[in-house]
Amino acid sequence: MTVLLIYLVVFAASFALVRLLVHRSLSGMAARKTVTFGDESAVRPDRVASVLSVLTIFLLWGAFTGSHWVPGFLHAPGPFVGEARFTYTAEADGLPPDDATVTVAVSPLGEEAAAPQVPEGEGWAKDDAASVTAWRSGLIRVDENDAAGRDAGHRVVAVNDEPISPGGAVQTPYGRVGMSPKGTLTFEPAKGWQMEPIWLPAPEAVVARLVEIAQNGYRDSTLWEHLGWSLWRVVAGFVLGALVGIPLGYAMGLSGWFRGWFDPIVEFMRPVPPLALIPLVILWAGIGEAGKIILLFLAALWIMCIAARSGVSGVKISKVHAAYALGASKAQILRHVIIPNSLPDIFTGARVAMGVCWGTVVAAELVAAEKGAGMMIMVASKFQLTDIVLMGIILIGGIGFAIDVLMRWAERVLVPWKGRG
Amino acid sequence: MTGLSLENLSMRFDLPGGGTVQALNDVSLTLARGELLSVLGPSGCGKTTLLNIVAGFLAPTEGVVRLNGHEVRGPAAERGMVFQQGALFEWMNVRENVSFGPRMAGRRERDWGAQVDHLLEVVGLHAFKDKAVYELSGGMQQRVALARCLANDPDVILMDEPLGALDALTREKMQSLVLKLWKETGKTIILITHSVEEALLLGERLIVMAPRPGRIHREYRLPFADLGAAEDLRCVKKHPEFALRREEILSMIWDMEEEIMGRTEAAT
Repeated sequence: MTVLLIYLVVFAASFALVRLLVHRSLSGMAARKTVTFGDESAVRPDRVASVLSVLTIFLLWGAFTGSHWVPGFLHAPGPFVGEARFTYTAEADGLPPDDATVTVAVSPLGEEAAAPQVPEGEGWAKDDAASVTAWRSGLIRVDENDAAGRDAGHRVVAVNDEPISPGGAVQTPYGRVGMSPKGTLTFEPAKGWQMEPIWLPAPEAVVARLVEIAQNGYRDSTLWEHLGWSLWRVVAGFVLGALVGIPLGYAMGLSGWFRGWFDPIVEFMRPVPPLALIPLVILWAGIGEAGKIILLFLAALWIMCIAARSGVSGVKISKVHAAYALGASKAQILRHVIIPNSLPDIFTGARVAMGVCWGTVVAAELVAAEKGAGMMIMVASKFQLTDIVLMGIILIGGIGFAIDVLMRWAERVLVPWKGRG
Repeated sequence: MTGLSLENLSMRFDLPGGGTVQALNDVSLTLARGELLSVLGPSGCGKTTLLNIVAGFLAPTEGVVRLNGHEVRGPAAERGMVFQQGALFEWMNVRENVSFGPRMAGRRERDWGAQVDHLLEVVGLHAFKDKAVYELSGGMQQRVALARCLANDPDVILMDEPLGALDALTREKMQSLVLKLWKETGKTIILITHSVEEALLLGERLIVMAPRPGRIHREYRLPFADLGAAEDLRCVKKHPEFALRREEILSMIWDMEEEIMGRTEAAT
């Protein structure tokens, strides 16, 4: 909640600041347009905003994980580290209430701190010392060194002069002092606003893990093998799906019998998410390569089939008529008119199919795989290696984005006439 | 015999909601080789249906079309067609578009290369022969369509409002070009148009069609196409007989439109 509020504040503040500081001089026609609100062509992505957006995400990530990459004054308050103190008031049978002080050494994560040496102090209740690690909590048996122990009816009735009872708790400036149902005190040092590395590691930890895995590999395979296997499955499934789907789509676009026969199948299978097929594919083909490629084949098949069909249906009848009137045969019309005319649709379908396949392969590897990007993050999550999980997610996102950029580039080069008919 | 003859063509469509439309009723017409016929009429009079039947894209319910004595049964290279727009192949450049017919016939470039380049020269697009067609203006695209049709050397050229989408100035230039090509090549041409002026300027013969059922209402023989080939089209338009004919045909079509409107209003 706080993070969301900070994010919104950063968003608004940077907008105001950039407005104030940067005087952009628009060039060309856009500069002279008076109506821009509602004119889609006048809306250009502000690249300053894009850069700030990415920076903000990393800044928030670093600030809430205590990253070394973010200057210290920007850090969110961290967990309490150092010596914490609180007093307790104890009663025992036949003795007056007495106060004693507890000194707790709170060590940073990953360091073992020894309990400090403290003098016993006055009274029958003696001062105590304990140690606990930040983000953890520890039991403190304050009665152990007191003159009257549990067998003498020792019980703690207040912490920092606030009454406490079994199951209750008292907030101190250093953290929370609770009492177990049996009357033992527990101390939980203040956690601050930062995330514990086990839930969200700092960005540098993720980068360090990326370097380490890129050099040493993970689970008997190098990083490139994991990613390569995922990519290979996507490409194999997609190519098979396209090889079957495109001719099927053409047949459905050209012949009433084919369309009638396959329409129910295609229209039924299209809305079934490929992920829903994973259990069936595992049952039939096992968890090996065959199963994954069948799954990706099915994911690509319907998309490519529908893209090819709409590519054929989208051909302007005047083009077909013109070709016939120029003496072309049916085969020539297919080769020189219908296929080139459908290529833009097929490319659009291919982009969608590659995206779906990439998502599906990761999901399939999450379920069962020996190698692959999805397997990497699944196994890491079981050992709570959050840095590997984050690294995997970032790599998966980056590769998905790269695939789309590549497909768009290929589309621009191979079908420059798209949308120009 | 040479030439194109349309014999008692009738065309009925069944409407999906029941009932039928008589798109054409008993249309007969003979065109000698090298004649240019323009076809006028209000919308829905069956002009395009007529053209599609001659092209072979539609089979008439009754009647027959003969070209040089043999019956038309489907589209063929002997009857070329020029569409209003959007019929070029945008995955081919200008020269590939123009040479489409000869290439599909399996002829080698040394057979058609000179002819295609000559046609590109005639329509004034030789400098653009390697351009993509979507980079050209609308008028230039229609020049490509004309050249593509001529490169196939058809006996008859069917034009379905080929200049309808062009601006007035481009249209005038293209009208001269059509006249010039017609005179030079001696092709038989059927030209469908919405513009009375265009029909008068280009048509050696002109038919006005009437709707419901689609039929030939009046037929004219006109001198303007011959005049236009010799002098400026604008001078032809100043001809007193031209103005007379234009008014006559305009009011004829106007009356037909009124009648249709009246009939629709009476029906509702």
